[in-house]
Amino acid sequence: MLEPGRAKPKPTPETKHFWDGCKGGKLLLQRCGDTGRAYFPPRPFSPYTGTRNVSTFEASGRARLHSYVIHHRPVPGFTPPYAIAVVQLEEGPRMMTNIIGCPQTPEALLLDMDLQVAFVPMDEEITLPLFKPASK
Amino acid sequence: MIRPGEIAVVGAAETTRLGVIPDMSQIMLHADAALNAMADAGLKPSDIDGVACVGPMMPQQVAHYLGITPKWVDGTGVGGCSFMLHVRHAAAAIHAGYARTILITHGESGRSRINATPRPAEPEGLNGQFEAPFGPFGPPTLFPIPVLRYMKERGVSHEDLAMVAVVQREWAGRNPRAMFRDPITVEDVLNSRMIAYPFRILQCCLVTDGGGALILTTADRAKDMPQKPVYILGTGESVESNMVSQMEDFSSSRAFRIAGPTAIEAAGIDRNAVDHMMIYDAFAHLPLYGLEDLGFCKPGEAAGFIREGNTRPGGKLPLNTTGGGLSYTHTGMYGMFALQESVRQMRGTAPAQVPGAKISVCHGVGGMFSASGTVVFSNQAP
Repeated sequence: MLEPGRAKPKPTPETKHFWDGCKGGKLLLQRCGDTGRAYFPPRPFSPYTGTRNVSTFEASGRARLHSYVIHHRPVPGFTPPYAIAVVQLEEGPRMMTNIIGCPQTPEALLLDMDLQVAFVPMDEEITLPLFKPASK
Repeated sequence: MIRPGEIAVVGAAETTRLGVIPDMSQIMLHADAALNAMADAGLKPSDIDGVACVGPMMPQQVAHYLGITPKWVDGTGVGGCSFMLHVRHAAAAIHAGYARTILITHGESGRSRINATPRPAEPEGLNGQFEAPFGPFGPPTLFPIPVLRYMKERGVSHEDLAMVAVVQREWAGRNPRAMFRDPITVEDVLNSRMIAYPFRILQCCLVTDGGGALILTTADRAKDMPQKPVYILGTGESVESNMVSQMEDFSSSRAFRIAGPTAIEAAGIDRNAVDHMMIYDAFAHLPLYGLEDLGFCKPGEAAGFIREGNTRPGGKLPLNTTGGGLSYTHTGMYGMFALQESVRQMRGTAPAQVPGAKISVCHGVGGMFSASGTVVFSNQAP
């Protein structure tokens, strides 16, 4: 369970499946029916072609560290310093997240390092997709 | 199409004071700047027939407060570059005959927070769902998110990013109204308080109170007005994503790559002809992205361009000659102050005047690389 105080997402009809997926331990992405390309954040149509012909699929959970900052000031729900990261998923889309199981230092957080999704509950309603260094 | 130089800036002013203004609410900052701009242009509220400002302040609030009856308004709000878009939209409106004399205002009690609008959390919004839970806390945590990727892809060092702040402080030293004027070194920057690695406090913008206003009309009419006209040669605008995590390329802004070149092409100028430049610098990486995305430097060459002194006083492309958001002022939506400096440089009245400057490019950012607007000015009618 995460330290209390984080901003809590409130799912909408277009994103509910994603948050339900996280709760069930699945990282769900969507795919454009025209191009086959994956996209994020969730929406019931393709940002590439506008088609409503899209499908939902489970991502591998593998990602690479694309960029980050290490915040040094206090924020509710966090103990500084902590990294706010953007990861590049194996399927293509990027998402903001936190990196766990790893010192929050420039020496430990290397760009392009391999990561694996880890689902961490905020409370009974919301589970967040965080990432940890991939085991070798 | 609108011709380069068809529309001109005939009134321009900042609030009487800048920095810490604990005795003025947000709407009065708009009004103070607007009254100064009208005095500058020799106009009264009854001469103005168009009003633009950025939300949360609505055009009807500013218009009514000032006693203006508009027949054209624009409340485009895409963040701190909204004023560049207002200039673009106002020029088009005057060209179309929708209005004759347009006032664009900005006022923000960013520091004293008098009648400042709070930014409510939106847990159902896309930012609220897919960024906020991971601990961002305002622009200092979000705007620098792409920086480490940029540094890796472009071969840019921490010292390079410190140098941006050092050079701008050099300009600020020549501006009596700049909030921070004492010279700083790369070491000072790299030893200043860490905010969000890789950025330290001296690489983050100020938080101030202030405002500014512009008045635009036709170039024909500008000839009979008190100030030297500053002609609008070209403009551009674009938006990308409201979520920094979703920008296409962390080393380049798509909105910059559209707004900047659109403005330069519309102006019909060669980049070598540009004498002065403003690039909205909420944080130290923005001038690097701006120089590269607008085509003034090749990808990866902006850091060296600044390090080698090209943007310093006496350099070949004087940049952010007030000291910018890092040292001059930053109310929250700084774009208006970048425009004011371009106008001063074209009038020949800037405290750190670039001798003989004829063309100024003013480039703004909104949100965290989420929007962009560019205006090319000249003191010469094409």
